[in-house]
Amino acid sequence: MTPSRINGLFASTEARLAVICIVVFVAMALLSPDRFLSVQNLTSMAFQFPEFAILALAMTLTMLTGGIDLSVVGIANLSAIVAATILTQLAGPAATGADAALWLGLSMVATMAVGLAAGLFNGIAIAVFGLPPILATLGSGLIFTGIAVALTGGSAVMGFPAAAAWLGNGLILGIPVPLVLFAVLAAGLSFILTRTGFGLKVQMFGANPLAARFAAVNVTSVLIRVYLMSGMFAAIAGMVVMSRANSAKADYGSSYLLLAVLIAVLGGVNPYGGYGRVIGVVLAVLAMQFLSSGLNMMQVSNFARELIWGTLLIFVMLINTRPNLRLWARKRTGPAPNS
Amino acid sequence: MAAPRFPFALRHHEFCMASPADPTPLIVLDGITKTYSGITALADAGLTIAAGEAVCLAGENGSGKSTLIKILAGVEQPDSGQIRISGVAQGALNPRLSAAAGIMVIFQDFSLFPNLSVAENIAFSIELGQRRKLFSAARVRDVAQRALARVGVDIDPDAAVETLSVAHKQLVAICRALASDARLIIMDEPTTALTEREVRALLDIIRRLKADGVAVLFVSHKLAEVLEVCEKVVVLRNGRKVAEGPAHTFDAATLTRYMTGRDVAEQPPDPLDPAAPVLMNVQGLSKQGAFDDVSFDLHAGEVLGISGLLGSGRTALAKALFGLVAPESGQITLAGRAVPLGDPLAAATAGVGYVPEDRLTEGLFLTQSIVRNVAIGRLDAHGRGGLLDLAGMWGEAADWLRKLSVKAPRIEAPVRSLSGGNQQRVVLARWLARGPRVLVLNGPSVGVDVGSKADIHGIIRDLSAQGLGVIVISDDLPELLATCHRILVMKAGRITDELTGGQTSETDLAHRLAS
Amino acid sequence: MKIDFTRNETLVALIILGFCVIATISDPGFLSMATLTDLMRGGIVMGIFAVAALLVLLSGGIDVSFTAVAAFAMYTTALMLNTWAPGVPWWAAFAVAMAVGALLGAINGIFIAFFGLPTLIVTLGTLSVFRGFMLAFVGSKQITTLPEGMREFGRMMMIRGTNPDGSFYSLHWAFAATVLVVVATWFLLHRTMLGRSIFAVGGSEESARRIGVNVRGVQFFVYVYVGVLAGLAGVIHASMARVANPFDLVGLELSVIAAVVLGGARLAGGYGTLTGTLLGVALIVLVRNSLIVIGIPNTWQSIAVGVLILIGTGVPAWQAKRAAARAA
Repeated sequence: MTPSRINGLFASTEARLAVICIVVFVAMALLSPDRFLSVQNLTSMAFQFPEFAILALAMTLTMLTGGIDLSVVGIANLSAIVAATILTQLAGPAATGADAALWLGLSMVATMAVGLAAGLFNGIAIAVFGLPPILATLGSGLIFTGIAVALTGGSAVMGFPAAAAWLGNGLILGIPVPLVLFAVLAAGLSFILTRTGFGLKVQMFGANPLAARFAAVNVTSVLIRVYLMSGMFAAIAGMVVMSRANSAKADYGSSYLLLAVLIAVLGGVNPYGGYGRVIGVVLAVLAMQFLSSGLNMMQVSNFARELIWGTLLIFVMLINTRPNLRLWARKRTGPAPNS
Repeated sequence: MAAPRFPFALRHHEFCMASPADPTPLIVLDGITKTYSGITALADAGLTIAAGEAVCLAGENGSGKSTLIKILAGVEQPDSGQIRISGVAQGALNPRLSAAAGIMVIFQDFSLFPNLSVAENIAFSIELGQRRKLFSAARVRDVAQRALARVGVDIDPDAAVETLSVAHKQLVAICRALASDARLIIMDEPTTALTEREVRALLDIIRRLKADGVAVLFVSHKLAEVLEVCEKVVVLRNGRKVAEGPAHTFDAATLTRYMTGRDVAEQPPDPLDPAAPVLMNVQGLSKQGAFDDVSFDLHAGEVLGISGLLGSGRTALAKALFGLVAPESGQITLAGRAVPLGDPLAAATAGVGYVPEDRLTEGLFLTQSIVRNVAIGRLDAHGRGGLLDLAGMWGEAADWLRKLSVKAPRIEAPVRSLSGGNQQRVVLARWLARGPRVLVLNGPSVGVDVGSKADIHGIIRDLSAQGLGVIVISDDLPELLATCHRILVMKAGRITDELTGGQTSETDLAHRLAS
Repeated sequence: MKIDFTRNETLVALIILGFCVIATISDPGFLSMATLTDLMRGGIVMGIFAVAALLVLLSGGIDVSFTAVAAFAMYTTALMLNTWAPGVPWWAAFAVAMAVGALLGAINGIFIAFFGLPTLIVTLGTLSVFRGFMLAFVGSKQITTLPEGMREFGRMMMIRGTNPDGSFYSLHWAFAATVLVVVATWFLLHRTMLGRSIFAVGGSEESARRIGVNVRGVQFFVYVYVGVLAGLAGVIHASMARVANPFDLVGLELSVIAAVVLGGARLAGGYGTLTGTLLGVALIVLVRNSLIVIGIPNTWQSIAVGVLILIGTGVPAWQAKRAAARAA
C-alpha cells in the first residue's frame, strides 16, 4: 500500500475504529482460535454487550447536543423495577401463555412510560430551566436511583413468569433477542440522525446552540425530545438487564454509566457536541466486546479488562487528536459549552 | 516602576521625554516579508513609529495587518526584513522580549480574566514578569491604582471584570499595558464595541498617553473615528504598503480607495413605488431598558434603515422583530396578521427572516457543511413523511448558493472554509430559501471586505425589487445611505428622526445620530 | 453585612440552618457534641476530596479519577509497607501514599497539559486504568492487618468525651489533616502567584497564555496536587477504617463533585470558593448522617442529595436565564 492510501484509510475516526476492531478480532482469533471463534463464545458475546451498548446509544444522542445523560443507569434500574413489580405482584411466577404475554406487554409499556417520564424531567430541567446537563442528570440520576431504593428497600425484585426471560435470553431466527433489539435501535438512531430534520437539528444545535436559536430552530423542543429518547433507550436497556438477570435491583449496572460514556467517546462522538456517528459507536462497542471476551478466554481477570478499556480510550483519543492537536487546544479555550 | 531588565530599557526615561520629532524612532519595521505555506501575507512591508506618536494601520481583512501585529508582538517571526526598537536591531523577537521592550497588544477581546478583580487583571502580567512567587493583594492594588490614575479613570479596583461595561474593560486592558511599562500600545479594532461618547473618552485618554510619550498603533478597517488623534496613516493591501502619509491628508473616501484599490461608487436606491402597500406594521413596541414605544410601517419593496449609536436600542429592537427578545408591550403585524412576540419560530413562520450581527457565533455552524448551514432554515419543508429529502435539500441549497454567487469549491465543505463575504451570503441564502416577506439584516456587511459589501448591497437592491420588505440595522452611514429608502434614527430606545434616503447627506445623518 | 441571596454559599448555608432547626425541633438531642463530631468525622475524607475537586474545577477542568487514585495509593501503600517496612511510623505511610498519588496525578497531568486531551475523557480513562491495574495486578483482597504506622494513626483521637446519655464521642486526628489541607490550599489559592494563575487559567486559558502564564505548568501542577490530596485521603480512609479495601472510595467521585458544585463552583472554570465547598460537603454529610432525624427515612438519602443538586444548580441557572432575558 502506498503511504497516501494508508493515510486515506486512517483519515476518519470511524475508519480507524474499524481497523482497530478488525485487528482486535483477528488478534483474539489467532491467540485462542478454537475458543474465541466458537459458536458458543460468539453467541455469548451477542447476549452480553447489547445492554450497555444501548446505554451508549443514549449517551451518543445526548453528547451530540453537547450534553450528557448521567441518569441513564438510574432510569434503567427504576424502569426495570417498575416492570419487575408488575411481573411479580400482578402476574407472578406461575403465569403462562397469553396471560404471561399480556403482563409482559403491560410491563414493557410501563417501562417505556417510566423512561419517557424520566427523560421529560431531564429535558425540562435542561431546556426550560437551563441547568447544565451534566449536573441536571447527575442530580436526577440520584433521584431515580433513590426512588428505586425507596420502592424496594434496596433489595432485588424477583420471581417473574418464565416468559420474561425471552427478552434477555431468547432467540429470533437464531439471533439473540438483545442483539436484535440493539441492532434495531442503532439502525433507527442512525436513520433518525442522518435522514430526518430532527436528527440534523440535533447535530446543528450541538455545533452551535446560539446559531440554532438564531436560525429559528425550536431549541427547547429539540432538547426535550433528545432527553426523552435517551430516557426511552435507558428504559429498554433496563428491561434487557432485568430479563437477563431474572431480577431487578436499584444498583444493577452501576459500572455501565462510565462505560457508556467511554464507548461513545471511543466511537468518535465529540463530547462538546456537533459530531458523532452511530457506526463509530457500534464499532467501539464491538472492539470493546472482542477485547473483553478474548481476554476472558485467556484467563485475564475482569479487572484487567477495565484497565484495557481505559487505555484504549486514551489511546484512541490520542490518535484522534494528534493530527489536529492545535484545533483541540483552541476548542478548549473557546466559550464553554452549556455551562 | 519596575527595574529595567533589558539594555534598551535603560533609556526608557529619555523616551518618555521624547517628542514625535525625535530622530530615533521607537519602532522601525523594514522590508518585512512573511509567507504561510506559499501564500504571501506580507511583502516588503515597512512601518515607522516614533515615541508619543499615534499611527493608523488600515487594511481590509486579509491585507496583512494582523500578521504585522503578530510580528510586532513576537508571536510570528518574519521570513526576512529588519526590526529595530529604539534604534537597536533585533534578532528574533518572541512574546517575552517584545513585551519587555514595551510593545503591548490589546486584542479585540481584551484578553482579560472575567473572574478576577480589576486590580489583578491590571497587575497580573507584571507580577508574573517579576517572577514573584507570593501574591500580595495590597501590592497588586497599589500597582493598579497608579495605572488607573495615570489614565485618569475611576473604576473600582476590587470590582470583578465580568461586571464592567465593554468600555471599562477596554480601559482596564489599557491600564494593564501601562502598568507593564508600555511604550507602544497596539489596539486591534478599538472602537467597534464602543458608543460615541465612549469613543470620545477613549480619544482623550489616547491624547494623555501620547503626551506621556507612549506610542499608539490603531489597527482597524473603520478608521474615521480615530483619524483625529493620529499623526500618520499607513494602508496595507495584499501584504504591501500602498499608502503612507500624514493623517490629515486622508478621508473616508481616499482610505477606501487605497484599501480596495478601486473606487466603489454606490448608487442611491431606486425610488420606491408610492403605491406600495404596507407590509409590516410595528405599534408601540416597548421593552424596559432597551426600547420604548417604537412604531413604524414597512412597505412592500421598501428598504428601511434603522440606525443609532451603540446603546441606542437598535440591536434589541432588531432582535425583538424576530422574536429573540420579548417586548413587554406593543404589536407587530405582518400583512394584516399579528406576529406572536418573543418566539423566533413563530416570527420565521410568519415570514420574517433575520441575519444576525455576529456571523461567527450567531449566524453560522462553523464545523458543519455549507449545505446544512443553508438547509437548517427550512428542514421541516424537506420532510417527506418524516424522512428528509436529501437530494431536494442539496438541490435547493446549491441553487441559492449559485443565485447569490457564493464561491465555494464543494458545498459539503465546512462553512468555516469560506471567506467572510461568502459566509454572509450563506446566511442570506438560508433565509431567502424560506421565501420570507420581511428580512431583518443586522449589520449586513460587518467584517466583510469592501468588494463583497457592494455585492451584498446589490443583493439587497434585488430583494427590494422583488417586493420584499428589508430592514437594515447598521451604524455604517454610507451603507445606510446607499441602500435605504428611509432611515429611522434611534436614541435612548426611542425613534427620534425619520429621514428620506436619497435626500440626506452623511454629515446630516451623523449629526442627527450624535446630537 | 449584606446577605447576597444569589450566591450558592448563602443558599447552602440557609438550607443547613433550616435542616438544623427542623432537626432540633423534632429531636432536641440533635444539637449535641456527638452530632457535631459525627459530622466532622464524616467530612474528613470527603472534605479532602472536595478541595481537590474544587482545584480542578477552578482550573477549568473536571477530574473523575481522584477516587481511583486514592484507592490505588491506599492499597499499594498498605501492601508495600507490609511487605518491606511494616514498622515505619504513620507519617512515613502518609508520605508514601502521597507520593503514589502524585505519580498517578502526574499521569493525568501529562495527558491533559502536554497532549491537550479533554480532562473529562482523560480522567474517565485513567479511572478505569488505575482501578483496573490495581485490582488485576496489585491485588483485590482486603488487607485487614494494616502496617503498624497506619494502625497507630487509626487510634489517634483529638477529643474524647461522654455524652449525657453515657455513650462516647470522639474526634479523630485525621480531622486536623483536613483542616491543614484547607488552610494550605487557601494559602495556595489566595497568597501565591501559582494559585492566582489557576484562577486565571480557569477564567480564560487563552488570555492566560497571552500574558505569559505557563498554562501547561499550571495544569500539570493542579493534577499532581490533586493526586497528592487523593493519596492523603486514601491513607486516612484506610487508617480510620482499619482495613484497606480496594473496592472502597471509587463511586464517590460524582457525589464529591456535586458537593463542590453545590457550594458554587462553576463547571466552566474560574469560579468557586473553599467556604462554599466546605458548606457543600457539610450539607451532603448532614443529609447522609441525619436525614432520619428530620423524619425522612434513610432509604431516601440519594433522593435528597439529588434534589439538593437540582436546587443548588437550578436556582442560579434559572436566575441567570431570567437575567439574560431581561438584559436582552
